[in-house]
Amino acid sequence: MIEKISSVAALNAAREAHINDVAMRVGTNAAVGKIRKHILICGGTGCTSSGSTVLRTALEAELAAKGIADEIKIVTTGCFGLCALGPIVIVYPEGTFYSMVKVEDIAEIVESHLIGGTVVERLEYREKGNHTVTSLNDMTFYKKQQRVALHNCGVIDPENITEYIARDGYQALAKVLTSMTREDVVQCMLDSGLRGRGGAGFPTGLKWKFAMGSTGKKYVACNADEGDPGAFMDRSVLEGDPHALIEAMAIAGFAIGADEGYVYVRAEYPIAIQRLQIAIDQAKEAGLLGENILGTGFNFNMSLRFGAGAFVCGEETALMTSIEGNRGEPRPRPPFPAVKGLFGKPTVLNNVETYANIPQIILKGPQWFSSMGTEKSKGTKVFALGGKITNTGLVEVPMGTTLREVIEEIGGGIPNGKKFKAAQTGGPSGGCIPAHLIDTPIDYDNLIAIGSMMGSGGLIVMDEDNCMVDIARFFLEFTVDESCGKCTPCRIGTRRLLEILDKIIAGNGEMEDLDRLEELSNYIKSASLCGLGQTAPNPVLSTLRYFRDEYVAHIVDKKCPAGVCKKLTNYTIVKDQCIGCGVCAKQCPVGAISRTDYVAPGKKLAAMEIDPAKCVKCGACVASCRFKAIVKG
Amino acid sequence: MEMVNVTINGISVAVPKGSTVLDAAKQIGIDIPTLCYLKEINEIGACRICLVEVQELRGATLGPKRMVTSCVYPVTEGMVVTTNSPAITASRKMNLELLLSNHNKECLSCVRSTTCELQRLCQEYGVNENRFKGAVTESGLDLSSPAIVRDGSKCILCRRCVAACRNMQGIGVIGANNRGFDTVIGTAMDGTQASTSCINCGQCIVACPTGALTERDDTDKVFEALGDPTKKVYICIAPSVRAQIGECFGYEPGTDVEGKMVAAVRRLGFDGVFDMNVTADLTIVEEANELLGRLNNNGVLPMITSCSPGWIKYCEHYFPEMTENLSTCKSPQQMFGALMKTYFAEKEGIDPEDIFFVSAIPCTAKKFEVGRPDQSAAGVPDVDVAITTRELGRMINRAGINFKALADERFDTPFSRGSGAGIIFGATGGVMEAALRYAAEVILDKKLESVEFPEVRGVEGVKLAAYKLGDLEVKVAVASGTKNAKELLERVKSGELDVQFIEIMGCPGGCVNGGGQPYQPASVRNSIDLRAVRAAVLYKADAATDLRKSQDNAEVMALYREFLGAPNSHKAHEILHTSYIKRGL
Amino acid sequence: MKKKPTTVAFRGTKEQEEKLLAVIEKHKDEMGKMMPILQEAQEIYGYLPIEVQKIIARETGVSLEEIYGIISFYAQFKLNPDGEVAIAVCLGTACYVKGAGELIEAIEQELSITSGSTSADGKFSLEATRCIGACGLAPVLTVNGEVYGRLTKKDIPGILAKYKA
Repeated sequence: MIEKISSVAALNAAREAHINDVAMRVGTNAAVGKIRKHILICGGTGCTSSGSTVLRTALEAELAAKGIADEIKIVTTGCFGLCALGPIVIVYPEGTFYSMVKVEDIAEIVESHLIGGTVVERLEYREKGNHTVTSLNDMTFYKKQQRVALHNCGVIDPENITEYIARDGYQALAKVLTSMTREDVVQCMLDSGLRGRGGAGFPTGLKWKFAMGSTGKKYVACNADEGDPGAFMDRSVLEGDPHALIEAMAIAGFAIGADEGYVYVRAEYPIAIQRLQIAIDQAKEAGLLGENILGTGFNFNMSLRFGAGAFVCGEETALMTSIEGNRGEPRPRPPFPAVKGLFGKPTVLNNVETYANIPQIILKGPQWFSSMGTEKSKGTKVFALGGKITNTGLVEVPMGTTLREVIEEIGGGIPNGKKFKAAQTGGPSGGCIPAHLIDTPIDYDNLIAIGSMMGSGGLIVMDEDNCMVDIARFFLEFTVDESCGKCTPCRIGTRRLLEILDKIIAGNGEMEDLDRLEELSNYIKSASLCGLGQTAPNPVLSTLRYFRDEYVAHIVDKKCPAGVCKKLTNYTIVKDQCIGCGVCAKQCPVGAISRTDYVAPGKKLAAMEIDPAKCVKCGACVASCRFKAIVKG
Repeated sequence: MEMVNVTINGISVAVPKGSTVLDAAKQIGIDIPTLCYLKEINEIGACRICLVEVQELRGATLGPKRMVTSCVYPVTEGMVVTTNSPAITASRKMNLELLLSNHNKECLSCVRSTTCELQRLCQEYGVNENRFKGAVTESGLDLSSPAIVRDGSKCILCRRCVAACRNMQGIGVIGANNRGFDTVIGTAMDGTQASTSCINCGQCIVACPTGALTERDDTDKVFEALGDPTKKVYICIAPSVRAQIGECFGYEPGTDVEGKMVAAVRRLGFDGVFDMNVTADLTIVEEANELLGRLNNNGVLPMITSCSPGWIKYCEHYFPEMTENLSTCKSPQQMFGALMKTYFAEKEGIDPEDIFFVSAIPCTAKKFEVGRPDQSAAGVPDVDVAITTRELGRMINRAGINFKALADERFDTPFSRGSGAGIIFGATGGVMEAALRYAAEVILDKKLESVEFPEVRGVEGVKLAAYKLGDLEVKVAVASGTKNAKELLERVKSGELDVQFIEIMGCPGGCVNGGGQPYQPASVRNSIDLRAVRAAVLYKADAATDLRKSQDNAEVMALYREFLGAPNSHKAHEILHTSYIKRGL
Repeated sequence: MKKKPTTVAFRGTKEQEEKLLAVIEKHKDEMGKMMPILQEAQEIYGYLPIEVQKIIARETGVSLEEIYGIISFYAQFKLNPDGEVAIAVCLGTACYVKGAGELIEAIEQELSITSGSTSADGKFSLEATRCIGACGLAPVLTVNGEVYGRLTKKDIPGILAKYKA
């Protein structure tokens, strides 16, 4: 049962009443009643996938069995960020960070740590060099991060509105409703320098200003159709701090004069949808959504719409076409959504991460926000780190942080001693950044200047084993699949680009194909109807720009230097290194390996050899050879 | 009107605020190519062929050059536009190359060769056909419909047909399916055209810039009959054909070429060339009497006209509960066929089986109509083949007839001359006006002083009028285009509108804008209202004749005298009336 | 991405139809009703065969083709019912670079089906999905929603064996 909060005074009272519920987790230790520890279990999609739900059930049972259920508070939170090590469990007030916890470990954690007070060392997260970290702030992963959009993720229980309120939740809404004009709010956004976190980086305040100037019925919409492969920033906010989105959308509604909001969220995000729905229901019950919010006369309602698996619906006009109940095809602009958007009415559309910044900008002031970041890119940015990186997960850093800091320090570098080759930002719309640009400070303009883009924040790290032609092909295949098919350049052009790449990967490329790729790419960029097409060639153009030698190797030498493109990769056995054990032949699924007559000097058995005609290039032999006698190239 | 100053290719021009770049350029004689754009029907900016470079004012200085879609991009004060730089040419060329890379290039024999908008652009831009060879989209050839052939391999996905079907006609049996490179224009579940509630209006065909949508070509059947010595082959030509067939031979839209048309068709070898206006007059006499009967005998009202087979099928699918409102009169085409195989056969002593009767009409739905049940007065189909204006034009060309050089000739008797009332059948409101000319004289029992009813003329989708005829107030409505028909019928059904007689034509503007009419490229469709220009020909011919009322047509009166007896007689019913099917969806 | 119509006979029940009619009634006057109707219809039937599309067309007055146009546009909408054992392999970037393609190949071989189809007996279906967000566990697949992570192709026979019985 959620109490009705119908005035600012009631909101403040609720905050005071619950502030100690979360105090233990934020370093202002204040025990409430008998509770002496909080044990946080990550309930983000990553950790849920690796089994955190059963952990909670097991923990509840164990605490009950030991009779200490009333002393320990279990909190399921949003994402802590370090998804690679999930499921993650944190114990407060000490801040012990347990990683990869299994159900079997629960009894020990309870017995040893929660009852006995002795940390279970074998489950503690260890950084490189075997250094055990005892608390969050100690970890390199968190040290360089600055959590603004994620400031409640992994701290509060997202399904409990009081924890959000205890963390100053809905105070920003109260502030705009009671002490600011619409113009003040828009000015605050303009002054903060906040730019859209969804991709193109359009100034949020400007968007609001345009919509404020229109008259009549208006809408506020949120793009939560995060579709870049490998990106999950928005999902984490929705899962970890859904009320921040609700509060921000209400603020936007006040600023532009809208009383209705739509969140367009990926149907593939069941946890996010569930938590957002719970949050909306709670906010309604508390009177923080609906009619006469906080007694100020302001009305705002919200509903969810589910994406149905079309990447193009991340494009603003396509998203609105989809909410309207049609094929999610973009439409030409102008008219811009601020003039004619959803259902033909003026609409402000921002993405989740953009909204997540807004309550704090209102509360802490635009200068606070603009003091972070670079000249033209203010604040922080959340990145989803993925690929060949030790700390796969979610990080939030000030704009202007270098790629090196993100990859080598926060990300813990490349695993298995491999060499960093490139970072891909911006998903299928972005480009590949080569190693020599690793010291580039990340912001909107720098990324564009080097042929990539911020995109929504996917950051995929690649090492020497990744073929850049193959990577370009991968992203392009994605775009070809996701092209809506409305405009000619994207519908046919991207397909032709893909065909040329296929030709190169199959070893049939000619040097003229590179010119053709470039010409076609530039055409698609300039002529496509929407952002999807206009950015689709970026993976091709950026790899052509920085890794042209790899393309040339595929075309001229008929070799894939990374050994990824099967038709251009050969496996051979170095006979003088082969001891003739025959393990490889047993592993070969197609019987392509047989014994020769040749016995290498110093070896007892005749060496093996691979029949290239039979070889399917699966790599099983290489993995099986302990003498490094099999090479690919 | 607020004006905006722009510079296009160095030429300054002031255009009304809200104009598109395309319109602004047109004003100073610059044509920008388009493919997907159809004014007010399809403004989706999808094909990207009309891209131009613009620079817009940002404060006091010009911003950077950007490519924009000229068909939908509005002009802004101080805008500088370039429509034909090398970059733009290269862009258009690439666009066409890509389209061709996914196109069935059997252009030599394609029915749209020389009228194809894609072909024309490729020629203008000197496009290389083969640089981007690759996969082609899986699409089908749909021959299921008696009227419409859909060949996905020639489709460029401009979606003009979809807009015509869904937005303009309010039907939507074709649309974009799948997405990306797999996108095709198709029907639900990619079923056959014939399995849908398609009304065969052919508006998709006239909207199509390429050969992806065409009428089913029946000209071979006609040529075969013409070469068959055992057959007597006759043709009747609908009112609208004479106003449009000239467009097939290079005449401007709106040129009446009746005399040359008759001469050309006669040279094809027909045993008789007749004027369908005669049965248009006959239809009026039958239909007006049916209306008077319903008015006097508490019959089902409002009565709705039945000459448009597209409309009939629409009514059967979408308003099956209103088929009783339809006049039971066959269409002029079917009346004609019925008379040919009864009255004419008897009179000439020919076995109806030996008569091969062709109608030339501006309509694709007539191809469906000839196969309808209850359209065989003599036990054989009333009409053997219906060919469109375009097909007739093709036949004349194929036969090597120099259309322009022919001297005018006249239709053959006994169906040689219709009244002005019959002529205006081809325009929306024409049937209504013709009927009013008849009914008013019957009700008032005196000659009309003025035979014109301007209230029901014009291209508006729905027109309402009321006439005081003696003690009787006759309230009428006219709709053309099925979307407008739907709107009108909803109002009638809801009781909001009380009318006794409704004229509905399936195509917007009536037969003059039928789906079987000559192709006009988007550049023409976007700049003139073909409906109005073509209709003007009919109204001009009506004004010029001294025979303006159906009841004054001597050939029609002879028919009653010699064969049918009285209007709506039992015999007339057997030969000239038909029945309908409640199809539903 | 072209969807294949199903060959499985429609086995909709009266009860399902009643549910569907209730869904349509609930959304009838909403703006943008078609997406929620289709999504909830798919929840009821598990897929959207022509029989279901026809009911929706009839009740909403939207043309059948327009409905099919929407269904064939979005990846989420299915024309085929899932197999009893529905396998989905994530082909997000992280999974891809860690070898998800090999997982698909292995499953295809093991079950003699191709990605995007259902086995003849309706038992197994296999699809490649976009990123499901479990990048930390890459490469991953799900079987009836249960997540298997950090896989190699060698794990495939073992996983499938659990469901073959």
